[in-house]
Amino acid sequence: MREGLKTQDGGIQYDLSASTFSPDGRVFQVEYAMKAVENSSTAIGIRCKDGVVFGVEKLVLSKLYEQGSNKRIFNVDRHVGMAVAGLLADARSLSEVAREEASNFRSNYGHNIPLKHLSERVAMYVHAYTLYSAVRPFGCSFILGSYDQDDGPQLYMVDPSGISYGYWGCAIGKAKQAAKTEIEKLQMKDMTCRELVKEVAKIIYIVHDEVKDKAFELELSWVGEVTNGKHELVPKDVREEAEKYAKDSLEEEDDSDEENM
Amino acid sequence: MERHYMDSKIKGVSTGVSNVNYVCSKTINKLIQVHDRIFCCIAGSLADAQAVTKTAKFQISLHSIQMESPPLVKAAASVMKELCYNNKEELQAGFITAGWDKKKGPQVYTVALGGMLLSLPFTIGGSGSTYIYGYTDAKYKPDMSREECLQFATNALALAMGRDNVSGGVAHLVVITEGGVEHVVIPGDKLPKFHDE
Repeated sequence: MREGLKTQDGGIQYDLSASTFSPDGRVFQVEYAMKAVENSSTAIGIRCKDGVVFGVEKLVLSKLYEQGSNKRIFNVDRHVGMAVAGLLADARSLSEVAREEASNFRSNYGHNIPLKHLSERVAMYVHAYTLYSAVRPFGCSFILGSYDQDDGPQLYMVDPSGISYGYWGCAIGKAKQAAKTEIEKLQMKDMTCRELVKEVAKIIYIVHDEVKDKAFELELSWVGEVTNGKHELVPKDVREEAEKYAKDSLEEEDDSDEENM
Repeated sequence: MERHYMDSKIKGVSTGVSNVNYVCSKTINKLIQVHDRIFCCIAGSLADAQAVTKTAKFQISLHSIQMESPPLVKAAASVMKELCYNNKEELQAGFITAGWDKKKGPQVYTVALGGMLLSLPFTIGGSGSTYIYGYTDAKYKPDMSREECLQFATNALALAMGRDNVSGGVAHLVVITEGGVEHVVIPGDKLPKFHDE
């Protein structure tokens, strides 16, 4: 129910700026920002025994689309990756903020920024934009992942309200509920990156809606022992193997559905 | 000076401070604690050194609270280095930062005048250090025990204080381990004597 906009009798509107609470304690602008994320295609991140894997469903809107462009996964530092969903322009500007934070930390303290600290710093930045009427909140959520010799793999998610939480697996975007259900089925704590890459591809294929959204490109990246702590896009052969596994699994399910019928 | 032996660090300094024409104090403590397990030896202009270490101590303390864990020795040394490098026109102070942290154990870093940061197994500094480069290079060996290390540091300090006219007074040593910090103070007359005295 859209309580923000009142009727013609001239009642007060609570949703016009982020600096206004509604009578039941909500900040509507932040909630609307989260809706913007839900309109975007899905991104997932999963942490396993020895690393973190990201998968993004990139919807292809045009036949003229160049493969591999319009990236939704960014490198924030050598050991940190960021997958985004929502308004992409907002996400790109936040990736620059994250890069500056990581770079300044290294400059001041001489070592890699711990992911918890980075996600708290960027979350604090996002939160600042939910306090004033002069600006609008960021319309994007993002998942940060890193791998470090001492702290191991780490995964954090930040949403437009400026909250950051650590996760073993999380999903953002239009199919996040369906993706979360699939992620919960996995025993990620016992898996390696190589095994997980295939499962991530499969989940994206599962949650992709063939009817509403036609073609999509799968963007996969990882960071972990397998990459020596460097965040990078998954190599072509691994990606092809993962996509093949995903497509085959879907066909099997289709076949078994038909058999059941 | 600093050394590190297997699981802890020993830092030692002498206590002389001079103005242009006279030694204004023979009893200054030049070992500043910047965090629970991290100390800095200061050399050069003591006013500059004190200003830098006070600022660094604040920054390191804030950093440690934000990180929710004790700071890395490397992080503390980097903070000192940033201060020295960014203010190199105005400052004339060098530091030896050493301590213990969970990630890499005992470590020694030196931050030189212009802001160069180096990690070393042992290092010496200050006006008296010029007289003991030969001694320390010859006598240092890795993986010394705590007693050997203390003896090495004490001897080196005694030799430097003996030869340098603006060094002297009292020798302060600090032993830093995972378990804690121990101060050892040796007055000038109790230092080991070498053949020239």
